[in-house]
Amino acid sequence: MVESETLGETLQRRGFSRRSLLKFAIAMTSSLALPPSVAPLMAANLARARRRSVIWLSFQECTGCLETLLRSSSPTIDALIFDFISLDYQEALMAAAGTAAERTLREAVAANKGEYLLAIDGSIPTKDGGVYSLTGGRSNHDMLMEFAADAKAVLAIGTCAAYGGIPKAFPNPTGAVGVEDLVTDKPIVNIPGCPPVPEVLSGVLVHFISFGKLPDLDDRKRPLAYFGTTIHDQCYRRPFYDQGKFAKSFDDEGARQGWCLFELGCKGPITHNACASLKWNGGTSFPIESGHGCIGCSEPDFWDKGSFYTSLAGGSATGWRNAGLAAAVGIASGAAAALSSKLRAEPAKPRPENKP
Amino acid sequence: MTLLDFARGIGLQIAMLVLIVGLCWRFSAILLLRQRPQLALSRASLLGQIAGGAAMIFSRSVPRRSFRRRIGISILLSTIFHVGLFTIIFGGAPHILVIHQLIGLSWTNLPKGVVVIISGLTLAAMIAMLIRRIVHPVMRLLSTADDYLTWLFVFLPVVTGILLSGETIAGYETLLALHILSVEMMMIWLPFGKLMHGVLVIASRGTMGFNFARKGAAT
Repeated sequence: MVESETLGETLQRRGFSRRSLLKFAIAMTSSLALPPSVAPLMAANLARARRRSVIWLSFQECTGCLETLLRSSSPTIDALIFDFISLDYQEALMAAAGTAAERTLREAVAANKGEYLLAIDGSIPTKDGGVYSLTGGRSNHDMLMEFAADAKAVLAIGTCAAYGGIPKAFPNPTGAVGVEDLVTDKPIVNIPGCPPVPEVLSGVLVHFISFGKLPDLDDRKRPLAYFGTTIHDQCYRRPFYDQGKFAKSFDDEGARQGWCLFELGCKGPITHNACASLKWNGGTSFPIESGHGCIGCSEPDFWDKGSFYTSLAGGSATGWRNAGLAAAVGIASGAAAALSSKLRAEPAKPRPENKP
Repeated sequence: MTLLDFARGIGLQIAMLVLIVGLCWRFSAILLLRQRPQLALSRASLLGQIAGGAAMIFSRSVPRRSFRRRIGISILLSTIFHVGLFTIIFGGAPHILVIHQLIGLSWTNLPKGVVVIISGLTLAAMIAMLIRRIVHPVMRLLSTADDYLTWLFVFLPVVTGILLSGETIAGYETLLALHILSVEMMMIWLPFGKLMHGVLVIASRGTMGFNFARKGAAT
């Protein structure tokens, strides 16, 4: 679907002033870590921009990502941005079903060939021909490869789409992989998180609509502005970490005082995300603020990195059985060495008797 | 598998197994070695021999007056290093956490800033000790590859620990992985080099003091 109305015209029709668009642009430049001087340009570009077609395919997922993005905040200008993209295909949201939905998808792709954004949530099963997740009898793998071929860029939304996520957890029975494991010839933006922070998707879309290109990414293809630092770096409990004040249990005095949750397994130091700065539920709080450590859900293979409640300082120690075997091997080696030494040693000679 | 996953998983397990094999090998070999028969009469009672052993554990840490001028600096640096290392290991919160996870014991940790300052002093003492070892002709002559490797395997965890605490140069994840890997290298090296003195020092001094007392020598 290609519409002729610009965002500026849409906002004007809905009663938003230019000033509110500029304020929004200032907030977004700040969010995207762009210089403040870029805000007027962003506002002007947004006002001139037209609807972008987005095709959203859901694969091996739980719909948590979509739920979160839909319930991100009250309907403000952010919502308008979502209005401003033309979400031409999303199975959970669209009224059409069956062949009508399939026809819509084909029409949207044909009308926006090479220009649409392909949004993916969920991992892609590859084992046994991808039979573990099918849409209209087609495997997720085949759909991804077909629709990525004509996309301008691919957005991998959520940890499952980015890295395989929970479906990829050991023993990965479906052979689940992330988008970047299959699509290698298109720009990809990973927006990991289980679920991802909604404002990050808003920011990526605003950047794309305003400047016609994707934001700067890190080595894992994540928007640098949102994933450039760790939760630990931005955490309001960080001073307690530096002071060595740690909660020892979830209901002790330290926990009540808001001390660092490192010892309770917080994965904040190795987790890159914007939870601590953007927060959740309209900026209400984030998990650590609610008293629970970060579980590192936006990092690859977070499900297979041991207990959520094991501190990063620890590790997977060897079991008692292996330790016992190692001790037995060591004792046997030592005994053999001692025995060898005894055998090699000359027998003690009798002392000569003193003769008067 | 990331570097940190390796360090916290299979790397740690391999290091622990090698450490256990090595320690058991050393202990059993020492205990089962051929003992010289004691033919002479003891100059001290059993209690006196035990007291002699206990005294030597401490007395060997204090230089004799006649040597103080010559080795005073070595003793000072060595004391700073050993006390510093002990404080880092048993005062740093993450280290206490590891000990707690392994054997269930826990105690109050020192503030991070204090541990970092002590780490800096320890590091400086280690570097000074290395320079002295290289510069001093007798020390250089007596030093073997074992000495330098042992220094390196202790130095690396201290350096990576300081870098980790400041989260400089690289991200926390990378530095944590490097720190754990350096500790694992030290664990693997411990039973096979001079680092083993950290485990045997009390027992060896005690045994020597026990034998000295038996022979009537000063402890």
